Amino acid sequence: MPVIFITDALVFLLLTMICGFIIYARQHEHLRAPWREVAKRPLAMSAAVVLMLYIAIGILDSLHFHPKLDEPDKNGNSVYSTEIISVLDKLLVNLIESTESTYSAPFSAYAYVKESIETEDGNKIRDYPRLKYAGAHLINPEQERTPDIVFRTTLGAVIGLLFSCFIFLIFIILQARRLHVNIMTIAKRIYSNKFDVPWYAVLLTIAVLIVVFNIIFQLSGHYHVLGTDKVGQDVMYQAIKSIRTGLVIGTLTTLVMLPFAILMGLMAGYFRGWVDDVIQYIYTTLNSIPGVLLIAASILLLQVYMTKHEADFTSLAERADLRLLFLCIILGIMSWTGLCRMLRAETLKLREMDYVQAAQAFGVGNFSIMMRHLLPNVMHIVMISIVLDFSGLVLAEAVLSYINIGVDPSMNSWGNMINSARLEMAREPVVWWSLAAAFVFMFLLVLAANLFSDAVRDAFDPRLRGI
Amino acid sequence: MISYIVRRIMYAVPILIGVNVITFMLFFVVNTPDDMARMHLGMKRVTPEAIEKWKEERGYDKPVVWNAEANAVEKITDTIFFENSVKLFVFDFGQSDDGRDISHDISQRMWPSLAIALPGLIVGLLVYITVGLTLSFFRATYIDVSGVILCVIMMSISSMFYIIGGQVLIGKFLQLAPISGYDTGLNAVKFLVLPVLVGLIGGIGSTSRWYRTIFLEEINKDYVRTARAKGLSEVRVLYQHVFRNALIPILTGVVVLLPMLFMGSLVTESFFAIPGLGSYTIDAINAQDFAIVRSMVFLGSVLYIIGLILTDISYTFVDPRVRLD
Repeated sequence: MPVIFITDALVFLLLTMICGFIIYARQHEHLRAPWREVAKRPLAMSAAVVLMLYIAIGILDSLHFHPKLDEPDKNGNSVYSTEIISVLDKLLVNLIESTESTYSAPFSAYAYVKESIETEDGNKIRDYPRLKYAGAHLINPEQERTPDIVFRTTLGAVIGLLFSCFIFLIFIILQARRLHVNIMTIAKRIYSNKFDVPWYAVLLTIAVLIVVFNIIFQLSGHYHVLGTDKVGQDVMYQAIKSIRTGLVIGTLTTLVMLPFAILMGLMAGYFRGWVDDVIQYIYTTLNSIPGVLLIAASILLLQVYMTKHEADFTSLAERADLRLLFLCIILGIMSWTGLCRMLRAETLKLREMDYVQAAQAFGVGNFSIMMRHLLPNVMHIVMISIVLDFSGLVLAEAVLSYINIGVDPSMNSWGNMINSARLEMAREPVVWWSLAAAFVFMFLLVLAANLFSDAVRDAFDPRLRGI
Repeated sequence: MISYIVRRIMYAVPILIGVNVITFMLFFVVNTPDDMARMHLGMKRVTPEAIEKWKEERGYDKPVVWNAEANAVEKITDTIFFENSVKLFVFDFGQSDDGRDISHDISQRMWPSLAIALPGLIVGLLVYITVGLTLSFFRATYIDVSGVILCVIMMSISSMFYIIGGQVLIGKFLQLAPISGYDTGLNAVKFLVLPVLVGLIGGIGSTSRWYRTIFLEEINKDYVRTARAKGLSEVRVLYQHVFRNALIPILTGVVVLLPMLFMGSLVTESFFAIPGLGSYTIDAINAQDFAIVRSMVFLGSVLYIIGLILTDISYTFVDPRVRLD
């Protein structure tokens, strides 16, 4: 039985908007040209592939539903569980179910802390107990573990390579069909980078991702690749689940603020006079409030509200979701001012253009002029600001969760992982794997976003071209 | 000049009133003092008398904006709005929810914040400018390209990883500096080394890259071509001509930060247990002390606006073309 959270709905709204925009951009040369420019950069294309993977995981994690229970009730109707899971949970069911009792290091077959274990002759000794799931297939982990890991890694790599070769082949055949040349020519062209789009970079990134995925897939069935946390949950599962949180914060914030920023910016620049004064006053005031404090204040208020209206929320997940949305809105209120100011400045210039004056002379209404003549001409600024803001917002989420004013503590997020890792770092021996997992997942996303946004900015901002 | 400054200060007043109204709305209208009291005394099993007493001790039992029962001026002054919001304008922050004098706390705690932020700013400026200049000197070579890629990689790492990494590496393994803590007087220096260093490394990526762009924008200008045509060496062109002109955007970008140095950094101070204003704010957030958060919001806005005014004034000093009137 599907469940749609508010953020899910907004995520899909955003997806439809992006699809609509792509269709729109394909028909307009002035939008297509810069994107073609972006597609020519190997680094940007590799980054785009990585981003796609993250987005795909995020979308899978946004399809929520009540799982069907195995036994139907007396009347033969199916019964649904009260818990809400996502399609991603369904795919990662192995990782969820292999929950140990407490910390364990990556690839370890033993727990992190000593426990009293009863030996066969009835004595009790204190030793590191074997884990329930990780390495359970090994009889003697000391000797068998390393060969087993090496074997599974190799197996995963080989399968991954075969699979990538298969994808390469399909791609080459499709290209050959499209261009009506034989397969070898296409392969040579890709190898020597004769295409406009650097396909070798795209294919190489895909291959690396597939190989890594296969290795992890082979290993994660029998080991905790990134260890387990305090309550024995697999850290890799947490890190993967955090992807959605990061993406939602990075994108929905922009979606929330975009209408305000565009409307206010255009109005201030177009009408000038008192409208401009009022809008400038609003954004200077909002800007001068320290961001973190405004977020803190609003989150405190939300907490008070939630404790007061406890009955309104049917589940913890719904509560966490509302808090996530609220955080997006607050971050949006904080961050629309920058874009608004840029749009205002640009509109001030554009309104003196001949085509705007011609439209005014023809008696076109103010609103139509703004939407039909000004908006399309400031779209590049909007686009640059969307992609540039994304990585900053993902990083901000981690900091906010660390100060306890970010997403709900029960929600998986990299910030919450770092927050709990802080105490783990003080333990002896150090519990480093939670932190490392959050680091790797976050770093890859932010790096890919930064590389991609650089290319977008260079392509859309002619002033910076050539630097 | 003076009339300009006066006008700017006048212009700041409505903004501060706006900030004040927003915070007042957030803290007293959206959430009534009753909610706050319940939050502090525990949500369930709290008697109405206890709530009344809590409110009375903090002066939250008064009417919100208009006291009809009081006489004359007190109709306005004897209200929550006047007591808690209007008084902020004369920096009378009143008492925190657990009864401490906020003004006193702030005046004590701003010095540790400044002790971290000021050295961090100065050393950072030197390092970032040097890196930016070096990258633009080697522009369009492999040194530049790899430098920029390194910058992008470094700016993709969350600041918290730098802090944790620094604490583990320098504090725990190498034991070169204490992991966290603070001391008074000169003893504080050894505690400051690590936070300053970590802040410096954390900022290299984004700031150096930004400065590099500023330098490169400057390099394409006519006066640089003239300097080269005169036969000046590339080093002299860069360090004497480009550097001095590029300082204008860099310095004015720094001036806006100066007043904010007092506010301290939330994350750094809490990780390194430094008793500055940043950790003060975090503690207040975690203890849900609304009075302190409210005061810090106001203080932050005042400092931000001072920063904006200082930026405008600094333009006239570094760039004679700008005249304020």
